[in-house]
Amino acid sequence: MNKRRNILPGFGLSLGYTLLYLSLIVLIPLSAAFIKTTELSWQEFWTVVTAPRVVASYKLTFGASLIGALLNAVFGLLTAWILVRYTFPGKKIVDALVDLPFALPTAVAGIALTAVYATNGWIGSLLEPLGIKVAFTPLGVIVALTFIGLPFVVRTVQPVLEDLESETEEAAASLGANRWQTFYKIILPAVWPALLTGFALAFARAIGEYGSVIFIAGNMPMVSEITPLIIITKLEQYDYAGATAVAVVMLVISFALLLLINALQWWTNHRLTASK
Amino acid sequence: MSQVTTIATSQYTRYNTKVTKNRAISEPAWIRWTLISIALLFLSLFLFIPLIAVFTEGLRKGFETYFAAITEPDALSSIKLTLIAAAIALPLNLVFGVAAAWSIAKFEFKGKSILITLIDLPFAVSPVIAGLIYVLIFGLQGWFGEWLMEHDMKVVFAIPGIVLATIFVTFPFIARELIPLMQAQGKEEEEAGLVLGASGWQIFWRITIPNIKWGLLYGVILTNARAMGEFGAVSVVSGHIRGLTNTMPLHVEILYNEYNYAAAFAVASLLAFLALITLALKSYVEWQTANNALKNERGHQ
Repeated sequence: MNKRRNILPGFGLSLGYTLLYLSLIVLIPLSAAFIKTTELSWQEFWTVVTAPRVVASYKLTFGASLIGALLNAVFGLLTAWILVRYTFPGKKIVDALVDLPFALPTAVAGIALTAVYATNGWIGSLLEPLGIKVAFTPLGVIVALTFIGLPFVVRTVQPVLEDLESETEEAAASLGANRWQTFYKIILPAVWPALLTGFALAFARAIGEYGSVIFIAGNMPMVSEITPLIIITKLEQYDYAGATAVAVVMLVISFALLLLINALQWWTNHRLTASK
Repeated sequence: MSQVTTIATSQYTRYNTKVTKNRAISEPAWIRWTLISIALLFLSLFLFIPLIAVFTEGLRKGFETYFAAITEPDALSSIKLTLIAAAIALPLNLVFGVAAAWSIAKFEFKGKSILITLIDLPFAVSPVIAGLIYVLIFGLQGWFGEWLMEHDMKVVFAIPGIVLATIFVTFPFIARELIPLMQAQGKEEEEAGLVLGASGWQIFWRITIPNIKWGLLYGVILTNARAMGEFGAVSVVSGHIRGLTNTMPLHVEILYNEYNYAAAFAVASLLAFLALITLALKSYVEWQTANNALKNERGHQ
């Protein structure tokens, strides 16, 4: 980057407006959460955020998010693979519909999944004879969190698979590797950073999710109550300090994840540019 | 978290998919079809069947109940409020997105990567917390609670709170779409315009805007979808006053909790229809961008 003077106008105005708007909408309101928790002593804060019901909600939220993100990593990679490598009827429509969880309001997703997975629903009625109950159990939480995280892995892995040079795979084949070896040793390492990024994005999105989960979860304390719902419950009881304390725990975890994802994306881009 | 960025990168590479015919680096037909079947089964279980269910459940009691549900006064006022919230949030975030992209893409300054991360922040925040922070500031016990009450103004449990929460959750979409696009385009064209004597605003309207219009439209589509569908954040600040502070998703929740399933799914089907239009528009924009990229490539050869 040479240090010549930038002659374009509008730097002060655009950056000034960006910083003002960012502060008013995001930074100052978010800092309110941290300032509010200072009303509690450290002891009180700790009691609130480690109460058994709250801890049970962490376990459910993080556990279900993790399983959902893992499911999405496996099936998202598979979906990206068939969309990039194979042809089949209706492929363009399938490709467009993968983004549905981004576009469909979460409340609509929530009631739709509940209707389908309830014991009298289309899929739920098939699973019930097998002794599997999905709606109103922690399993339902996993289903909802898998739904909302679905596009992330597909959309991060897809461009990397498209950019992959066929020459390396041909070289591997000519050197006697079978398809599985080529996949495992050539393709998987190439898509690995993108797969991890997609996994982390799906995981982070799932942790904060509220709308699609509350309908299907049943929301029983200690069993199927997610952390965002705990915040809402405390708010409805006018326990603002308690709600904020739990929110701060979630915010800190989300920020850590955001930094991790930025690092992962840097790694992905670095890999992509280095290979060219 | 840049879910938008990831889509943005894919929008340029899509539609260039080459299906390989080389047998050495492809799989036998039975493996291909097994993999396709497994993937489609997964997508059916989680996407297609629930989507179809929204429409069939909505129409279960016939067209008459369906139309009654979406034209009753509370439903209409929820549709109106949803449109108002989106109509205010969209232009505000649009102006911010263009300003942020202009300063970040066209200029060098210290702390730029920190600024980009900060713009991403709302993606990382749970919608419930997005609502909570505005309650802490504008609620009765909040920073401005007493002042607002003295002046007989309401933010939380009223329309301004709903608009603020909507702005927050859709905050990064347009900026995140435009920053990589404008960075890739560079600033030579704008500089040429300046040398030829154009004013700053002329450059902006005649060079920059035409160059970014598809990216801009893409961001607007995503912002609009999220603005109209937001549930968690809006739910915290709304107060659920029927006919006054209920948006469409909140109206769906109320009907559903009253066991009025047909009506709940009828209103939900409107939102699902909107989502399908969003996806169609998005595909169209992606197709346009890919086409333009192809044209440019040919033009340079």
